[in-house]
Amino acid sequence: MLNWVWMLLMMSGFLAAAAGGHVASVTQVVMTSGQEAVETALGLVGIMALWMGLTRIAEEAGLVDAMARALMPLVRGLFPSVPEGHPALRFMMLNLAANVIGAGGAATPMGLKAMEALQTLNPDPKVASPAMCTFLALNTTCITLVPTTVVALRALSGSRAPAEIVVPTILATAFSTVVAIGTDATIRRRHGS
Amino acid sequence: MLAQVTTWLIPLIIVGIPLWGWIRGVDVYEAFTRGAAEAFPLALRILPFMVAIFVALGIFRGGGAMDWMIRSIDPVLRTVGLPGPVVPLVLVRPLSGTASLGLLADLLRSAGPDSLAGRLGSVVQGSTDTTFYVLTLYFGSVGIRRTRYAAPVGLLGDAAGFVAAIVIVHLWFGAS
Repeated sequence: MLNWVWMLLMMSGFLAAAAGGHVASVTQVVMTSGQEAVETALGLVGIMALWMGLTRIAEEAGLVDAMARALMPLVRGLFPSVPEGHPALRFMMLNLAANVIGAGGAATPMGLKAMEALQTLNPDPKVASPAMCTFLALNTTCITLVPTTVVALRALSGSRAPAEIVVPTILATAFSTVVAIGTDATIRRRHGS
Repeated sequence: MLAQVTTWLIPLIIVGIPLWGWIRGVDVYEAFTRGAAEAFPLALRILPFMVAIFVALGIFRGGGAMDWMIRSIDPVLRTVGLPGPVVPLVLVRPLSGTASLGLLADLLRSAGPDSLAGRLGSVVQGSTDTTFYVLTLYFGSVGIRRTRYAAPVGLLGDAAGFVAAIVIVHLWFGAS
């Protein structure tokens, strides 16, 4: 899929340049773009280091566990098919908590363990169970409270208020989560499971 | 009042987390530096994607194709409040986190971080996840073949996030 997007961008750009008679500009643009890309990626290091350091402190202070406990009632209500005390619940909570806090490194392993645990409850191991679908609906729409990389990129490109997008981002995320979970619940009810 | 929340949020988090960690008995300085050490490898991992996207977009814009695209679709998109330069980001966001990050970096550079396009792009990037990547990874890891309605639900969530981003950015920052 990305092959298509990438090729389309380059081919249509090249054809437009050829048609407009400024092919020479392509060479020049390519040189500066590569340079700018490196500057951008390396420019992120400072802010990312600060943020990843803080996240590590929060993790070691038990923020992920505290968050997971707070999410417990929500998770229990959303997964009626998972028996109480099943390890899947704990892994799912830890995954969501790590996602919300932005401890990306901890989120994926917990999520994969949650899928494994859900698979043990799945009657047909080749077909996604309703609980898996709900978990992924939550996982793909619920995202970190502080979009660090975005804030860092904004700071890097000279924004007057790099963090001003944090609250609007949280509101937009909340809406997408509600829509995804709502749709998932509707489908589940219609299928009678 | 809401602007105050945003202004205070980051500084409070930056001093609040170490203080809380310290009270909880965390070896704060050591934990901080261990976490911070992971930033450079992360930047190196993003770098090739940045180069790929910046170069492709550079050709697309430099050759005049971006202007052409914006001229032909912008009037339509304006009516729904979506600036043309944000379109590539919206299309790529569910496919790849690194590619869309590259698109956002380019957008912030060309349109300005405090423009409507820059703000909207920032909210779009931050508010949804790479649906296809997550589904592939999670279902693939346990050998699920039939994913049933998971992909449509995830994409519907993304679409809802995009619409919400447009509406919220317009309401939050006022018409610009």
